[in-house]
Amino acid sequence: MHAIVCIKQVPDTTEVRINPETNTLIREGVASIINPFDTYAIEEGLRLKERFGGKVTVLTMGPPQAREALKEAVAMGADEAILLTDKAFAGSDTWATAYTLSRAIRRLAPFDIILCGKQAIDGDTGQVGPGIARQLQIPQLTYVSRILEIDPESAHIRVERLLEEGREIVDCSLPVLLTVVKDINQPRYPTFMGIRRATRMEIPVWDCQALPEANPEYLGLRGSPTQVVRIFHPPARSGQATLLTGDTPALLAAQLADRLLADKVI
Amino acid sequence: MDFALSEEHQMVQRMVRDFAAREIAPNIKDHDRHQTFDRSILPRMAAQGLLGICLPVRYGGAGMDFISLGLACEELEYVDTAYRVILSVHVGLNGLTLLQWGTEEQKQRYLVPQSLGEKIATYGLTEPSAGSDAVGIQSTARREGDHWVLNGEKMWISLADVADNFLVFAWTDQEKKRARDHTGMSAFIIERSFPGVQTGTIHGKLGVRAGNTGWISMKDVPVPAENMLGREGEGFYIAMSALDNGRYTVAWGATGLIRACLDASVRYARERQAFGVEIGRHELVQQMIANMQLKYDTARLLCLRAGWLKNQGVRNTRETSLAKWHATVSSFECAADAVEVHGAYGYSDEYDVERFLRNSKGAVIYEGSREIQQLIQAQYALGYRKDRPLRCEMPAYDPVVWQQEA
Ligand SMILES: Cc1cc2nc3c(=O)[nH]c(=O)nc-3n(C[C@H](O)[C@H](O)[C@H](O)COP(=O)(O)OP(=O)(O)OC[C@H]3O[C@@H](n4cnc5c(N)ncnc54)[C@H](O)[C@@H]3O)c2cc1C
Repeated sequence: MHAIVCIKQVPDTTEVRINPETNTLIREGVASIINPFDTYAIEEGLRLKERFGGKVTVLTMGPPQAREALKEAVAMGADEAILLTDKAFAGSDTWATAYTLSRAIRRLAPFDIILCGKQAIDGDTGQVGPGIARQLQIPQLTYVSRILEIDPESAHIRVERLLEEGREIVDCSLPVLLTVVKDINQPRYPTFMGIRRATRMEIPVWDCQALPEANPEYLGLRGSPTQVVRIFHPPARSGQATLLTGDTPALLAAQLADRLLADKVI
Repeated sequence: MDFALSEEHQMVQRMVRDFAAREIAPNIKDHDRHQTFDRSILPRMAAQGLLGICLPVRYGGAGMDFISLGLACEELEYVDTAYRVILSVHVGLNGLTLLQWGTEEQKQRYLVPQSLGEKIATYGLTEPSAGSDAVGIQSTARREGDHWVLNGEKMWISLADVADNFLVFAWTDQEKKRARDHTGMSAFIIERSFPGVQTGTIHGKLGVRAGNTGWISMKDVPVPAENMLGREGEGFYIAMSALDNGRYTVAWGATGLIRACLDASVRYARERQAFGVEIGRHELVQQMIANMQLKYDTARLLCLRAGWLKNQGVRNTRETSLAKWHATVSSFECAADAVEVHGAYGYSDEYDVERFLRNSKGAVIYEGSREIQQLIQAQYALGYRKDRPLRCEMPAYDPVVWQQEA
């Protein structure tokens, strides 16, 4: 089983503040962490390795300091790590990011599964995982909350997806790309052995030369169709809350139903 | 000279910080309020390798160095003192002492399961009528064939009701006991399962309420001769050398407590408004914050120096004592100021700082009170006290040796 986990280094948003003039994040002096959702993806990859053998490769695209995020993943137990970094990749939007990662993944093939977090907490788009799947022309299963069955022999997987309307159970073939939600597991901590391995490990750095298949037109700012026109705070929500009171749950429910009917909500 | 933490140390720091935030912080208020020791933390600390953090891999440890031990203590006490105390007694006072003084058989039998966290260990020197005055202890051990028979009471022992193994000190020479000649004292490893061992918990402590502190009663406890640690008459030296490591963990922990006070105070000073501005804008509040920063940096530098000396295998009794004195006294001052910064809210358990204040006082007393540390510093400065070489010195930290498999 070869699991590839795509991770992103993000500013620790619990520490981040917004510059009120530019509406952008103040990143100076803020610690960087692995995107929290990606830690669940790493954990799931490690669990698959523990069940089936094989290896876990972590992949990130980012500035040179994103190496720290890879080391953290190695300290948790990942076997290999690749850092994609090049000035030519700078300014990538979600499309160009997915494109670049997918070209790197082709170099890492064969693989059985690609794991991503459901979204990154800085950009919050949730588009890169699905974009990679499209670029590689493999199926994607997003918002996965459990792997119910997986069999590398018959190349079959069954997962539970956590959707707004409920849970959905889906069967699919391998190789596949999963984006995972935080219900899927409890990520482990790095171990001392892992920390030693990580600090001694030379992490291979891939620049655009390392991706000869990649079309330079599709990389970085140049390859990014997205244009940020303006960043602004959404207007604060208005409206008011009403607290219903009543003696029994049944009475309360009846009151609520009446109100919803009167307001034509139901 | 390099003041930066290595990448490895930074990763250790992050790991323990994360561990403490996820495993300890969510329930700490409850445990503190109800004076309950959360035993379930022990297997989790064990799984993480924390219970043998700086012990060699071949003795079941994680093979890290003394700075890693210190960083772990800082991060644990950042959340609560009780969890740092576990490392102080289990690793600092007991495990490292077995490493320094134990025979190979003792290390295999006791140190290996302790480092793995399969057995929990503590250290019993203090008695109901003797704390600072260690030579004033009353416990005795008399020889009977291939056994020693121990009698006595230990008091104020951390993890007394939790630990499986105890390192205790008792007089083996009654003449010397009467003469207060410390060369009549010896050290013993006793197990909870030995006949005549009883323990209990002390309730109603000012702080460290999420920790376990108690008493050990020894009534005619038969202890196999091979459970004497070191040689007959070496007990006092062993007890004091153990404190060189215990105090080190206490000092580091206190720096964590200072940082917790600083972080909480900075956060609150930016939120709370008074006289039309956030209180951080008032200079007298700034003075308290500045003082916390001063105490944090100075305490931490003293800890780092002590850790560096330990890694080098250089005797560090004076430097460790200085770090312990400065860090613990500072943590008490900073915690008091942190309550002040929080005003009335700081006086309630809605915020953490009242717990920090209650916790901080203990460390000013245990492992050598503030007064005892002052005496030590003065005696070194005046030339009244000199380090004499020990029969068993703690070796320098060598990653190759520490990380070598059995
Ligand atoms: C929470 C907690 C956990 C503890 N855990 C352990 C443990 O695990 N193992 C263990 O063995 N002990 C433990 N102790 C005991 C601790 O080490 C002792 O309390 C400490 O050594 C002080 O001894 P004492 O309480 O008997 O005070 P005393 O020695 O009676 O001191 C009382 C006061 O007199 C002062 N004083 C004493 N002698 C002098 C002097 N020569 N000059 C000036 N002033 C002096 C002291 O500084 C203090 O202010 C713990 C204590 C606490 C509170």
